[in-house]
Amino acid sequence: MTKFTLNGAEISLDADPDMPLLWALRDHAGLTGTKFGCGLAQCGACTVHLDGVPTRSCQTFLGDVEGASITTIEGVTGNKVAETVQKVWADLDVPQCGYCQSGQIMSAVALLAENPKPSDGDIDDAMSGNLCRCATYQRIRAGIHEAARRLEA
Amino acid sequence: MLPRKISQSVSAQPEFNVSRRGFLLSAAATATGLAIGFKPLSGHAAESTSVNPLAAYLEIAQDGSVTILSSQFDMGQGSYHGIATLVVEELGASWSQVDVRGVTGDLALYGNTAMGGVAQITGGSTSMVTSWDRYRMAAATAREMLIAAAAADWNVPAGEITVKAGQIIHEASARAAGFGTFAKAAASMPVPTNVALKSPADWTQIGNPDLRRYDRVGKTKGQQDFTIDVKLPGMLTAVMIHPPKFGATLTAFDGSKAKALKGVVDVVAIDRGIAVVAQDMWTALKGRDLVTADWDESKAETRSTDEILSEYRALAKQAPQAMARNDGDTAGAMAQADKVIEATYEFPYLAHASMEPLNAVARMSPEGVLEVWGGHQMPGLYQYIASQIAETTPDKVVLHILKTGGGFGRRGVPDADVVAESVAVAKAIGWKAPVKVQWTRENDMRGGRYRPAYVHQMRAGLDKEGKIIAWENHIVGQSIMDGGPFASMVQNGVDPTSVEGSSTLPYSIPNMSVGLTSTKVGVPVLWWRSVGSTHTGYATEVFLDEIIDAVGADPVAYRLALLKDHPRHAAVLKLAAEKAGWGKALPEGHSLGVSVHESFSSYVAQVAEVSVDGTDIKVHRVVAAVDVGTAINPDTIKAQIEGGVGFGLGAILQEEITMTKGEVDQGNYDTYLPLRIDHMPQVEVHIMPSTESPTGVGEPGVPPIGPAVANAVFRASGRRIRTLPFSKGMTA
Repeated sequence: MTKFTLNGAEISLDADPDMPLLWALRDHAGLTGTKFGCGLAQCGACTVHLDGVPTRSCQTFLGDVEGASITTIEGVTGNKVAETVQKVWADLDVPQCGYCQSGQIMSAVALLAENPKPSDGDIDDAMSGNLCRCATYQRIRAGIHEAARRLEA
Repeated sequence: MLPRKISQSVSAQPEFNVSRRGFLLSAAATATGLAIGFKPLSGHAAESTSVNPLAAYLEIAQDGSVTILSSQFDMGQGSYHGIATLVVEELGASWSQVDVRGVTGDLALYGNTAMGGVAQITGGSTSMVTSWDRYRMAAATAREMLIAAAAADWNVPAGEITVKAGQIIHEASARAAGFGTFAKAAASMPVPTNVALKSPADWTQIGNPDLRRYDRVGKTKGQQDFTIDVKLPGMLTAVMIHPPKFGATLTAFDGSKAKALKGVVDVVAIDRGIAVVAQDMWTALKGRDLVTADWDESKAETRSTDEILSEYRALAKQAPQAMARNDGDTAGAMAQADKVIEATYEFPYLAHASMEPLNAVARMSPEGVLEVWGGHQMPGLYQYIASQIAETTPDKVVLHILKTGGGFGRRGVPDADVVAESVAVAKAIGWKAPVKVQWTRENDMRGGRYRPAYVHQMRAGLDKEGKIIAWENHIVGQSIMDGGPFASMVQNGVDPTSVEGSSTLPYSIPNMSVGLTSTKVGVPVLWWRSVGSTHTGYATEVFLDEIIDAVGADPVAYRLALLKDHPRHAAVLKLAAEKAGWGKALPEGHSLGVSVHESFSSYVAQVAEVSVDGTDIKVHRVVAAVDVGTAINPDTIKAQIEGGVGFGLGAILQEEITMTKGEVDQGNYDTYLPLRIDHMPQVEVHIMPSTESPTGVGEPGVPPIGPAVANAVFRASGRRIRTLPFSKGMTA
């Protein structure tokens, strides 16, 4: 039994502690917004926040999150940075297929929470672990700058 | 916006699902290689007027919600949004009441008219081509039926009623109602004929640059459901073990250790490999590690890609097997030439590598109805294949069509690979539970169906003035159409998808030959975003640049002189050059390269601005000009060109699938390397104003980026990249 905080609520999951958090979230906690893309921490589609830090859930084991606080795309409501990013993403029509976008948004939110005015280089550093096969990168970059601007205003 | 629920019931399917004609044609196409002539169906306006749109294309519920039934599949390119735009425009609906659902069935209703209407296929960037008249007419007809129902009820002349933003309005009597009020009555109204479509001057949706995609918000909240998210009561998850080499077959396996694992339900062999079936994904993966298997490789492809490509190089020097184009007397003119330029270009296998690894879900009901959830890009064919595996008839197969996490061609497979697996595995466990087959990234990367590897042998003869008098292009590589349901597309030894772009080269050159040698290799291949143009666009536009450099001409001016008979090519080329500041001063170390290419009847020119540091290439900016006829959704067009640039740029910079003794070397994104954000250039898209019929936009942004960048790299560094990807070509 692994106990942790998931999107602000206590949860206990009775599953293999070696199970990647990704599959625990998707198959056992019923939260499918976090996506499987590679299983090797190469694509970022599974990005969640672990105690506020963007983390690849496919390479994080359930047993290791005992006592931790996990936030997924379903749990960002009420977070001003996240809601701003989501709104900007919609305004700029960032998603194409949308499959990687939960991960993109979780990485972007973590970046903006730490660095309210990221440069293009900061964005490259923070976001180059998140693949988008539709290559929506130009709008992701514009979206992060625009969210920074709106959050500052 | 109405949330899209994954239906668990058969009743969610429209009543007209699967006409006899529909599946018989699909079946015939599969079984016999029936000719699929790409002749446009004429008169689908007539077809639309004989069909009740409120049964075939639109469902209007009592609550006023409008569900558009889309014949075209959405893999992220925005086809659903494009079709919804046409419907919202003509129906007078409000975006907040609209949703879209994929549908399959009668080919008279859903066949792709750009492909003769004989199959329901999404491909060739034809979604808007096949939908333009069909869905506008359906929506306009439905609007007239709503008006007729309201006119009867209100006892006012129909001509005084208008429909706007989801409201049916009679101003004179100050009456208004939502669609729901008259949904039922409208559906049984006589279907009017010859309904007038809106004049372009009255469009508020089509061409509106401020329109955003109807499905964007859910995609920012993790609420868009894909096949991977399908969850059915009692559903099991299966992971696959595929043969280690293409063409190898299973001789024996031992799944006993896996079956001893808690949560593993079964380990079964099917035609395409071994499936480990478990309660959840992680258990299936753990079980898979415990399975041992023996494979018969006697019929497998066991060569390395190095061997295959050196064979291609040798073939390229010989005479082609077949001719795709033969203008004038190329050999004669070449012999007369003052100067002959020659070059060989090499292209690797490429993976689609969509973000959502392939998957499908199958369930057999107690009544014998098979349901299959997935990214059904060729639904008629998949329905037929599923029925064959399930030993039933296609009318007993219901397809649930989901949006997919990318596709780029990979969801349209002649043997329905993962779809077939889901049905075969569910059958192998006795239909006792719904089964989701979920490929891992490695299954997906090593699952074949690649863009074929090709070698292009190019030769040009110039006269004393530097004018091209002869052009010879010999293409060597696998045929995509050969051996499958589309084999009849191969005519006189020429698979059009191998040569398109080369055989359609627009330049005025009096003597031109395009030859093809189709190779037999045991690697399954497939269309990959922009298909033939992925390599022909590069070979022709880089080779032309070599010629231009040899004669010391300007790349834009020289091309324009050869495009006198092709005004649409010329116009986008001029526009891109002008917007990019062609000929003006650039930052120190920066160079420009240009290319223009037509694919799927859309014209795209791109100018790339690059700098080169050692073997590192930095693409700073790309200016694109596109002519896609009438621009239905300007923002979607821009997004598709931006994405096409990123997709194509990743491919030429560092993507390749290689094999060592038949085994694919790449397994995941650590070795197969799509573009990441740090290499994405700024892309500027300029859309040519046009009143021509709309053409596609999903693919045509891809072909020009490779040659534009390669031509700029040459100007920046003097290095001509003839072997892709650049990571190889720059060091070779």
